[in-house]
Amino acid sequence: MRTILHIDLNNFYASVECLYRPEIRDLPVAVCGDPLNRHGIILAKNMIAKKMGVTTGEAIWQAKLKAPDLILVPPDFQKYLRFSRLARKIYYDYTDQVEPFGIDECWLDVTGSVKLFGDGQTIAETIRQRIKEELGVTVSIGVSFNKIFAKLGSDLKKPDAITVIAADNYKNIVWPLPVEDLLYVGRSTSKKLHNFGLDTIGKLACVDKKVLTSNLGKWGEVLWLFANGLDTAPVRKTDERTAVKSIGNSTTCPRDLVNNEDVRLVFTVLAESVAARLRDYGLKCTGIQISLRDNQLYSATRQGLLTKPSYLSTEIIGKAMELFLANYHWFRPLRSIGIRAINLVTEKDHVQLALFDDIDEKTREQESLSHTIDAIHSRFGHGSLIRASCLLDSRLTGFNPKEDHVIHPVGYFK
Amino acid sequence: MSKIYLTVNVRHEKNGQAIPLSIIWEDGRLFAIDKVLDIRRAACMKSGGIGIRYLCKICGKTIALYDEEGKWFMEMA
Repeated sequence: MRTILHIDLNNFYASVECLYRPEIRDLPVAVCGDPLNRHGIILAKNMIAKKMGVTTGEAIWQAKLKAPDLILVPPDFQKYLRFSRLARKIYYDYTDQVEPFGIDECWLDVTGSVKLFGDGQTIAETIRQRIKEELGVTVSIGVSFNKIFAKLGSDLKKPDAITVIAADNYKNIVWPLPVEDLLYVGRSTSKKLHNFGLDTIGKLACVDKKVLTSNLGKWGEVLWLFANGLDTAPVRKTDERTAVKSIGNSTTCPRDLVNNEDVRLVFTVLAESVAARLRDYGLKCTGIQISLRDNQLYSATRQGLLTKPSYLSTEIIGKAMELFLANYHWFRPLRSIGIRAINLVTEKDHVQLALFDDIDEKTREQESLSHTIDAIHSRFGHGSLIRASCLLDSRLTGFNPKEDHVIHPVGYFK
Repeated sequence: MSKIYLTVNVRHEKNGQAIPLSIIWEDGRLFAIDKVLDIRRAACMKSGGIGIRYLCKICGKTIALYDEEGKWFMEMA
């Protein structure tokens, strides 16, 4: 049986900010985006704000209604990344199998280290102490025999606590919990399960697997395995690069976009980032997907295929604009837009030569040019070389999705 | 409760360890560090910050010096 730890840095952004500013530690604090750039939502809050009902993801004005004296702090992602790195460095003292799940969570497989450092709970206790002393923030840790229960455990007691879910007590601890606590039971799955009367994890675990598969498809079986503690997913080492399925960037603009030219500008910045990231991975895309959200928060996505695989920003912008012009008719101004490169292939093969076109010299030149631009960016910084069109409206284009936004959401299945 | 950033004279050993030798106070006075008692990574809860903490004896008093990414500060009680 494996020994797996799930470690969650409690109220991560807010804890780091409170550490650096002792004077606000005893007050309700929330880290939030910049309201002037219309990123004004709560990203994290401390325990005091949490007790007053402030939740992550709500707008600042909603939070202010619940906690009028809420102290708002702008985020400092570089600082959080540094803390996250230092925390991981501590984890690596106990195992090389560390799998990050977002910036503030990690799974550790310590099965091979229990003879060196003591059982799972002892290692968890050591890590909890060290993080507190060395980083000044608290963690909650779940110790179990699979990743799913370990994660459940770290959510049970917070902050600064350890929960052990073992083979002989998981039925008492996990099974009475509401089914929503299980990873991947979202709003719609939970609704379906409740319709069957399956409101706790225990009831889900005891139902016949076939009933679930016939109603929920293969997800039914996955959830059934989760609930019974039979999840066998390994803790992946960080350097194991998992297959990337798509690469995308999106942004909420500082002001509403009102015409095609605005959209082209923002698409340009996004496409540059998507293209550079494709090149980093050595991939090309054969399809482009755009996402649009208007100022009433209605959203839509459209996608189309490229004639040949590409990692050139020019071609991505061209396709994105083509999709946009064909599908959007300016019923309302746009608030946020995004570009995603889909149907990825490796850059070296999969080239379908055209019968009549010359295998164009121009494309090759452009590809070589784009690699040169990447080299200049990595040596002299992103601002050293930009498209002239980005100067037309620096407020709209003054962001760098490739580097500003290093904290990507991640999925459990890779 | 604020932290004071200081100029510190440091000797870097062959093995990579750094030993602070003296600090220069805000008014320019130099204080020799008589002894380094303890070196470890630690969070400075009182003034806010994290880094490598050097517990030092200066003029008979024990003080905590922190090296946070190359900038040194002293914890103020």
